[in-house]
Amino acid sequence: MSSIAIVDYGMGNLHSIAKAFEHIAGRDRVLVTSDHAAIRAADRVVFPGVGAMRDCMAELQRSGLDQVILETARSKPMLGVCLGMQALLDYSEENQGTDCLGIIPGQVLHFPADLREAGSDARLKIPHMGWNQVDQQQPHPLWRGIQSGSRFYFVHSYYAAPRDEVYVAATTPYGIEFASVVERDNVFAVQFHPEKSQHAGLALLSNFVGWDGEP
Amino acid sequence: MGLAKRIIPCLDVDAGRVVKGVQFVDIRDAGDPVEVARRYDEEGADEITFLDITASSDQRETMVHVVEQVAGEVFIPLTVGGGIREVADIRRMLNAGADKVGINTAAVFNPEFVREAAERFGSQCIVVAIDAKQVSAPGEPLRWEIFTHGGRKPTGIDAIEWAQRMVEYGAGEILLTSMDRDGTRDGFDLALTRAISEAVNVPVIASGGVGNLDHLVEGVIEGRADAVLAASIFHFGEYTVGDAKRHMAEHGIEVRI
Repeated sequence: MSSIAIVDYGMGNLHSIAKAFEHIAGRDRVLVTSDHAAIRAADRVVFPGVGAMRDCMAELQRSGLDQVILETARSKPMLGVCLGMQALLDYSEENQGTDCLGIIPGQVLHFPADLREAGSDARLKIPHMGWNQVDQQQPHPLWRGIQSGSRFYFVHSYYAAPRDEVYVAATTPYGIEFASVVERDNVFAVQFHPEKSQHAGLALLSNFVGWDGEP
Repeated sequence: MGLAKRIIPCLDVDAGRVVKGVQFVDIRDAGDPVEVARRYDEEGADEITFLDITASSDQRETMVHVVEQVAGEVFIPLTVGGGIREVADIRRMLNAGADKVGINTAAVFNPEFVREAAERFGSQCIVVAIDAKQVSAPGEPLRWEIFTHGGRKPTGIDAIEWAQRMVEYGAGEILLTSMDRDGTRDGFDLALTRAISEAVNVPVIASGGVGNLDHLVEGVIEGRADAVLAASIFHFGEYTVGDAKRHMAEHGIEVRI
């Protein structure tokens, strides 16, 4: 029976994502863990996270989980979520600049201070919080049953800017068009919270549970 | 197209039971918060807020069980307010599956609590609830103050300054209730909503006074609210969340349908 390890490295509340996976895959297949061996033994790995990038990278390095994530990114289906997605890039502007894992080439940037809605002068707030559309930019097995433009739940102030559009699986409009989903081989990573995105979110998690890691 | 305005039904829960009479004709147990939350989720609610009004502390645990059950079957953001006074209260609710907590009175008596909570758990899960009342006399420039104890006790704190201070301390969102309008069904205090929404850079949820669907539209368009919270219009089965969204969409407001 295939197992799903949710990496616990002290960054944020993992109960929601664990509950969503338990709902889909059954309680006995889902493991919330910081144990290296357990993560290495799992068939699929979820790399979540909420909080600030410097704390995130410091925790990963302190626990040695950074090496486990890098290994996972080369070997099996991996889903990055929110801060876990941003940590996959090379570098983040957050906390006066923080080096990240470098699995997806590119940077993580703060939304511009004076963000305005396209075609109007409405000031956009930061954080970007709420349900926004996710426009699919390339076919992927994780989109199965999910229409392009479906809405997912976001909460964030920084966004990923991959160096090449080949890594951009979806974009979302918020004053600018930003990469809300990035992917590379067996790695798929989302800025939004699929575990809080009702039907569309559960469909995506369910697709991940059945994914063999082939893009 | 872009970010949708959110509709958030709010449930008052006392010792594990929904109060203020939810009246769905076809629901088995309208007092069961799990069943009511499930219904709102099916109707398309963007989030659900639970307000724990349990008076006795020995029944507080029941709210934790409610949140646990709801979080196991409803996969949209859940906020719990009421009785959040210390870090341990927040941790307990987040561990049960809540995504955000609402801090109200505790913030007024100890503003540092908001800072501590945001540093510990992240701003994204800290909603500061502000109960404001107009204090300016007719003809004077509009001014609102923070009130506690259900709108009975003035604090002398200016509402706009307070909202800005709370954001500075780490509030990720403001839940703004007009105590003049709460329960009246006369609509939001739009001037208050707009003043706060324009004064802060985090989302503002308008609350207090919704009596019909036009009020929701006004809250967003005139009040500039990022989200609207309502209780009775949904509980009494007058309108579904779906009705509200269609009505807002007809008025050019972007919603998740």
